[in-house]
Amino acid sequence: MLEVAVRHSFEGFTLDAAFRAPPGVTVLFGRSGSGKTTIVNAVAGLLMPDAGRIASGDWTLLDTDAGIRLKPHRRRLGYIFQEGRLFPHLTVRQNLGYGAWFAPRDAPREEIGHVVDLLGIGHLLDRRPGALSGGEKSRVAIGRALLSAPRLILADEPLAALDEARKAEILPYFERLRDEVSIPILYVSHSASEVARLATTVVALDAGRVVSQGPAAEVLGDPAVLPAGAREAGAVLTARVVRHHEDGLSELEAGGIPLFLPHVVQVPGSTLRVRIAAHDVLLSRSRPEGLSALNILPGTVAEVRPGEGPGAIVALETAAGRVLARITRRSAAALGIAPGVEVHAVVKTVSVAPSDIGVGGRAISSLGRHSGGDA
Amino acid sequence: MTDWLGPEEWRAVALSLQVSFWATVISLPLGILTAYALARWTFPGKQLLNGLVHLPLILPPVVTGYLLLLTFGTRGPVGGILADWGIVFAFRWTGAALAAGVMAFPLMVRAIRLSIEAVDPKLEQASATLGASPAWVFLTVTMPMALPGIVAGTILAFAKAMGEFGATITFVSNIPGQTRTIPSAIYAFLQVPGGEGSAMKLVIVSVVVAMGALLLSELIGRRVAARVGGA
Repeated sequence: MLEVAVRHSFEGFTLDAAFRAPPGVTVLFGRSGSGKTTIVNAVAGLLMPDAGRIASGDWTLLDTDAGIRLKPHRRRLGYIFQEGRLFPHLTVRQNLGYGAWFAPRDAPREEIGHVVDLLGIGHLLDRRPGALSGGEKSRVAIGRALLSAPRLILADEPLAALDEARKAEILPYFERLRDEVSIPILYVSHSASEVARLATTVVALDAGRVVSQGPAAEVLGDPAVLPAGAREAGAVLTARVVRHHEDGLSELEAGGIPLFLPHVVQVPGSTLRVRIAAHDVLLSRSRPEGLSALNILPGTVAEVRPGEGPGAIVALETAAGRVLARITRRSAAALGIAPGVEVHAVVKTVSVAPSDIGVGGRAISSLGRHSGGDA
Repeated sequence: MTDWLGPEEWRAVALSLQVSFWATVISLPLGILTAYALARWTFPGKQLLNGLVHLPLILPPVVTGYLLLLTFGTRGPVGGILADWGIVFAFRWTGAALAAGVMAFPLMVRAIRLSIEAVDPKLEQASATLGASPAWVFLTVTMPMALPGIVAGTILAFAKAMGEFGATITFVSNIPGQTRTIPSAIYAFLQVPGGEGSAMKLVIVSVVVAMGALLLSELIGRRVAARVGGA
């Protein structure tokens, strides 16, 4: 388990953060300026913090008290940069081989053919980065980091420079990385849906401090840690595909509650993580009748958090997991919504976007522990 | 070509090529190091080094030549020590090479420094995170990417060395076969009646060499740029 504690002062900004990153994907989540990239650069050794300790077991990268400051090239990390940073004077093949050449001969390493297949970049090997599209560059950058025989992969908003279509293209590769490669990943993001799809563990940051950390479902279900404000709020449910219906719907099951979503490609039995945005959830005191929405989740109000405007975030405990709903304070008062009250959460099937559905991964929650979605 | 040039003219051309070649070859590693230091490092005395490197560009060449004579002459502080090891600059072709190298150095460093500054430090960081030590970062990323500037700087320095006159004649005089390079030879031919023909031939050689160097640098620069630019 990677343990990170860093303290660093810039002009007008102080970073003081400590967290643990268990195996899987740990997402550093927060709005821009919250110190995410500073932390990743400190882990990579590109920034020497004023004080801190970064270690994993007996492998110490930085310990200012003990006077240990490993140089970046001795840290054996695979850093996937936001802009790719491929070497323009080398071919894709040479870029991919660059890190492996410097890795110790006995380091456990990925097979180049396997990585090339995983990322679908076989036809690009003899090109130079100048001739690649944005999405292709991203994939080569992932491959280059992966092939350097790293002990830890760092990714600093690797999708931020891509348009929505390219993001949708690259995100599955990170899911495969998480599910098929046993290297821990530290991933920086400010996108709630990216976090929902990828994170095993979430570390929420605000103004240089850790606001909350823990398993993804727990942290994302906590209305206090929403970097982008209430607008981006949403909870993550883990669900199992039950069957595909002929009318284009897929039936899933989460904690015994059926969920109907627009058609997903995964086979029955696969585990998916589904992000339900808080503004897509209606609340009803009684079980609604004669309603077009297909998904109704009975639950108990755990917390009501008034926002700065007219809205409030309501957190519910349901059998499927924690669900967040964004309603007006007026409605909350009219319905008498308070902790302990029983309500029904209503979710329209079509409001769940494909970008909010990802393959299951290993350890997001205690529910339905199946291996990866493609298995 | 040997028939067209008389033995004395030929000697001047051969000597010029020899002097410029060695002046360029010896100063290249030093030029790359200096350019890298000025482009990437911060250290006390950086502005002083920058000034020293550029001094030959702004001083009258005769002054540079005289300072070289004072320093590297057989009785000079550095020249005296080197003379004990058998390295003599004064009134030898090696002195002409030193003078040419010193005069060409600022041009070489400027060109290389600009091209190193144009290399994105983010790529060097990426290289370091992939396990490359600073020396490997330099050899595999910085230098290949700065190659167009290094080539341009080298050729510029060579052309400058071919044309050096003031510092050379002050430092090592104008001795046929030792220090009489093309410019010194042209000067000498013009001092004697009837020397204009020989002078003109050397002028033509100078123009051809200079144009050739320029074309070569364009050609190599374009090739390297195409390699770095992709496709």
